[in-house]
Amino acid sequence: MIAVSVKNIVKSYGNVSAVDDVSFDVKKGELFGLIGPDGAGKTSIFRILTTLLLADSGTATVAGFDVVSEYQQIRNRVGYMPGRFSLYQDLTVKENLTFFATIFGTTIQENYTLIKEIYDQIKPFNDRRAGKLSGGMKQKLALCCALIHKPDVLFLDEPTTGVDVVSRKEFWEMLAKLKEQHITIVVSTPYMDEARLCDRIALIQGGKIMSIDEPAAMVKNFPKTLFAAKADNIYRLLEDLRSDPSIESCYAFGEYLHLTLKSDEDHKDAIFAVANKYSPANLVVEKITASIEDSFIRLMRDRAITKEFNQVNDGK
Amino acid sequence: MENKAIICKDLTKQFGDFKAVDKITFDVDQGEIFGFLGANGAGKTTAMRILCGLSYPTSGEATVAGFNVYKEQELIKKNIGYMSQKFSLYDNLTILENIEFYGGVYGVSRAEIKARSADLVHTLGLEKEAKKLVGELPLGWKQKLAFSVAIFHRPKIVFLDEPTGGVDPITRRQFWDMIYEAAASNITVFVTTHYMDEAEYCNRISIMVDGKVEAMDSPTNLKQRFNTHSMDEVFYQLARGAKRSGD
Repeated sequence: MIAVSVKNIVKSYGNVSAVDDVSFDVKKGELFGLIGPDGAGKTSIFRILTTLLLADSGTATVAGFDVVSEYQQIRNRVGYMPGRFSLYQDLTVKENLTFFATIFGTTIQENYTLIKEIYDQIKPFNDRRAGKLSGGMKQKLALCCALIHKPDVLFLDEPTTGVDVVSRKEFWEMLAKLKEQHITIVVSTPYMDEARLCDRIALIQGGKIMSIDEPAAMVKNFPKTLFAAKADNIYRLLEDLRSDPSIESCYAFGEYLHLTLKSDEDHKDAIFAVANKYSPANLVVEKITASIEDSFIRLMRDRAITKEFNQVNDGK
Repeated sequence: MENKAIICKDLTKQFGDFKAVDKITFDVDQGEIFGFLGANGAGKTTAMRILCGLSYPTSGEATVAGFNVYKEQELIKKNIGYMSQKFSLYDNLTILENIEFYGGVYGVSRAEIKARSADLVHTLGLEKEAKKLVGELPLGWKQKLAFSVAIFHRPKIVFLDEPTGGVDPITRRQFWDMIYEAAASNITVFVTTHYMDEAEYCNRISIMVDGKVEAMDSPTNLKQRFNTHSMDEVFYQLARGAKRSGD
């Protein structure tokens, strides 16, 4: 059963192409992530799917309804938490919740089980105005408001942006629990480490989807052997390895560098041999499994290379 | 003493009964990359505002670039650069106009502005775009330009408030290359971030919880102390018990 279906959606603003021929399906009950930086087209896709924006071309359905001809049915069946905070700052916690429930012709009580666990955490502040809540509490209230009418599909646009590690972790724990209640969730994030918490993800950049898969499958399909290296002077090592002709790619990744070789050599001794030319102090090399961020960088790089190649072929 | 870019001793900022910043003590070396981390609402922004000469502390001592945070706010402002994710450049000025504007505000001479902006535009590879409005630039380019503009007047210290939020992973790394370069030319970099891998790129980091600096050391030492391999875990262990959570 398909909850969201997107086919060849295109959206431009003037001559800026925001969504460039995007297609994907989200299964019912799935937690689907759109992973990409600002300007990738994530918000435009959300706005098209929540019927707030018309696509230039292409089609999409949400909960089986067409986003253009059946937009009213969709609006009653989705919950939407936009990236920018969307609550009424002058209303209290309780008033906000009651307001959203009333709009959707329901009551707080009717679907109470759905929000209970999240609502319990903000209930002590029932009479506080939303504008006076902390960031984490606002986020919880917004989620409650988006859930109050028991939507078929929940759209969360960058719910964790600018939020610290602890609150991010808590938020994803809430999503995991909602999933158990069979709500389809489409969530976007610029944090690559959150990708692994989704059932399936689409990596998106510059309005185009670069890859769609389960997170585990995506990293498994990383096309090269990936190595991690570090030494006392990591920045020096980065510059040396990056300029070395036998190294294909070299990026900083926390305390390590992640690198691939141009050759298909897959033993770490190969990296030792290359790096030792520059005699780094306390060199450590390991063979590692790729992360989603490694895959993302790889795909971005491949696309940039293809683009250059096409430009050369176009005679530019 | 003279090679300390920032010295803080028992720095405190109180709003009524609320201690936003509660006796924080640390110093930052000239040319160091210092990561200033903390949970939302821990007091980072308040502390940064004091260090940038935008707010007076309630008690405690601090000097920034050798200037006193109580008496020499204007001198502090002249000797630091600042950039944040939320605001950095004027979208409806061109690249060159933005550079000229910031250079002018910081008192760089016209001749110098001209020479240095040509260099800058060349280094960033933005020759073709120099007369375009900044609003038309992709976010990644804007952030790189914003950083260059923030250090255009060659400040002793640059404050970066979540400079890479929302930026793609390749640009994020290029941005850090620029940070390393600035540090190599002896500019102190004081940076906040929510990306824990970026915490690893700092020489030292401090982690604030509920107004206090709960930990300060090199990333390697911190991980060792908390007996873990990831900065994420260090942060989580420290911030988990936080009572405050703000904006």
